Amino acid sequence: MLKDITLGQYFPGNSVIHRLDPRTKLLLLVVYIVALFMADGFISYGIMLVFLLSVIGISGVPGKAFLRGMKPLVFILVFTAILNLLMTPGETVLVHFWVITITLEGVVRAFFMLARILMLITCTFLLTYTTSPIALTDGLESLLSPLKFVKVPVHELAMMMCIALRFIPTLIEETDKIMSAQKARGADFETGKLMERVKALIPILVPLFISAFRRADDLATAMECRCYHGGEGRTKMKLLRYKRHDLLSFAAGAILLAAVIVLGQFSL
Amino acid sequence: MAPVLEIQNLTHIYSIGTPFEHTALDDVSIRIEQGEFIGVIGHTGSGKSTLMQHMNGLLKPTSGKVLLDGVDIWSDKKITRQARFQVGLVFQYPEYQLFEETVYRDIAFGPKNMRLSEEEIDRRVREAAGFVGLTEEMLQVSPFDLSGGQKRRVAIAGVIAMEPKVLILDEPTAGLDPAGREDILQNIDNYRKAKNATVLMVSHSMADVARMTDRLLVMNGAKLAMDGTPSEVFAHSRELLQMGLDIPPITRVFLQLQEQGMDVPLVYTTEQAIEALKGGVIHA
Repeated sequence: MLKDITLGQYFPGNSVIHRLDPRTKLLLLVVYIVALFMADGFISYGIMLVFLLSVIGISGVPGKAFLRGMKPLVFILVFTAILNLLMTPGETVLVHFWVITITLEGVVRAFFMLARILMLITCTFLLTYTTSPIALTDGLESLLSPLKFVKVPVHELAMMMCIALRFIPTLIEETDKIMSAQKARGADFETGKLMERVKALIPILVPLFISAFRRADDLATAMECRCYHGGEGRTKMKLLRYKRHDLLSFAAGAILLAAVIVLGQFSL
Repeated sequence: MAPVLEIQNLTHIYSIGTPFEHTALDDVSIRIEQGEFIGVIGHTGSGKSTLMQHMNGLLKPTSGKVLLDGVDIWSDKKITRQARFQVGLVFQYPEYQLFEETVYRDIAFGPKNMRLSEEEIDRRVREAAGFVGLTEEMLQVSPFDLSGGQKRRVAIAGVIAMEPKVLILDEPTAGLDPAGREDILQNIDNYRKAKNATVLMVSHSMADVARMTDRLLVMNGAKLAMDGTPSEVFAHSRELLQMGLDIPPITRVFLQLQEQGMDVPLVYTTEQAIEALKGGVIHA
């Protein structure tokens, strides 16, 4: 059912990773991704993998959760791998058959590409699995706050994101309910031609939009009743402060990045 | 005569094989005859809604069977689809499922899915609208321009228009004012009488179920706790209260009279109360 969608779902926990400042996690994610794109050899990829696995280990998020999150991406992964496998020119030809040529360089490249995408997805999941949506938006707001000087409405954007994330489960539940109700009136979503199936969505989308607007209206009223008027002068209940483990994490990230850059000089 | 709907040893477990595994129905068996008006009571999470959704094949049993006219509704894909039309299910707050441009077209959605002829659809829409007291002019307006109570009627008409043998309603009167509630209950009963249909109604209003129904199912902790006539069920009022359920106000009064030492029966309607008091107290 729709409820089984786990993409980016928060896994509550109390590990060091969970307790890290969301800004630390966001910045480290950027550092890790940069390092991932600079990695250029088995040893650097190995280091990146070990780093990622140990962070997952510390976080205590079950490995299954990551595998489940990968499922919808299998097609893209396989497609990328095959494309790299077939399209990379090289000297050492392994297989030559009709129009298909597989080179050693192609195999290596496909392997690295796959590893890179997998690690990229995993580290992003790790961020959303260990950080509650509210902490995440708080972190983003704080990191982007310098943009306020160029008149970017950072607080409003963060609030919008926060509300959007908050309402995803609600809307999924609502969709489930509406689908059941229309099925009870004989609506059929599973068979028929493409056009018929698209048309079959109308009885779901119309009520869903109406209820989304109704909810938005209610929420706006509720916020106004509590005197919400945007970011100006607004204080926070949970102030973000860097602690010792944040500094340690930054140090670890810096060392990782440096190591990958140095190794990159030797193409390792 | 074979029961119109029969549930045999039905068990349903949600999210099986995950940490969220949860038994919503545990070995429930019920026989439902044609023309019965059945009330279903039980507090939130007792398995009522899960049970309802099994009756028209929206949920598939983990184990056990649902027989409609003696045929297992899961034995064939076509039969499952037919079950959706023969067993009409009105969800809680059904007005949130309306989507068409006019009331007429919304009511016609179910019959259209049944692939009936134009004339038949037209007849059914008008008849269904009549059952729930919608006027001719209302059929041509947008359902979103109607009041809350009227929207609810449109939604119920949408299910009635499929002319189901068994009509199931999940709290059809929730959130309505007393006059609106009375009307809707009357509409439902009219449909039952006109078509000799079976009605199952989930309700938290004990006074309503006591007055309208001739049989009560009590769900508690995923199991069918009681099954009997209102007088049989409300005779166990103390147990109902222990389950965290309500009893009709009049029964509550008589229960207290009993506790004060008066020799009165546990009545559940005003008429019975008058009878009992006039008769100068009878049965123990």
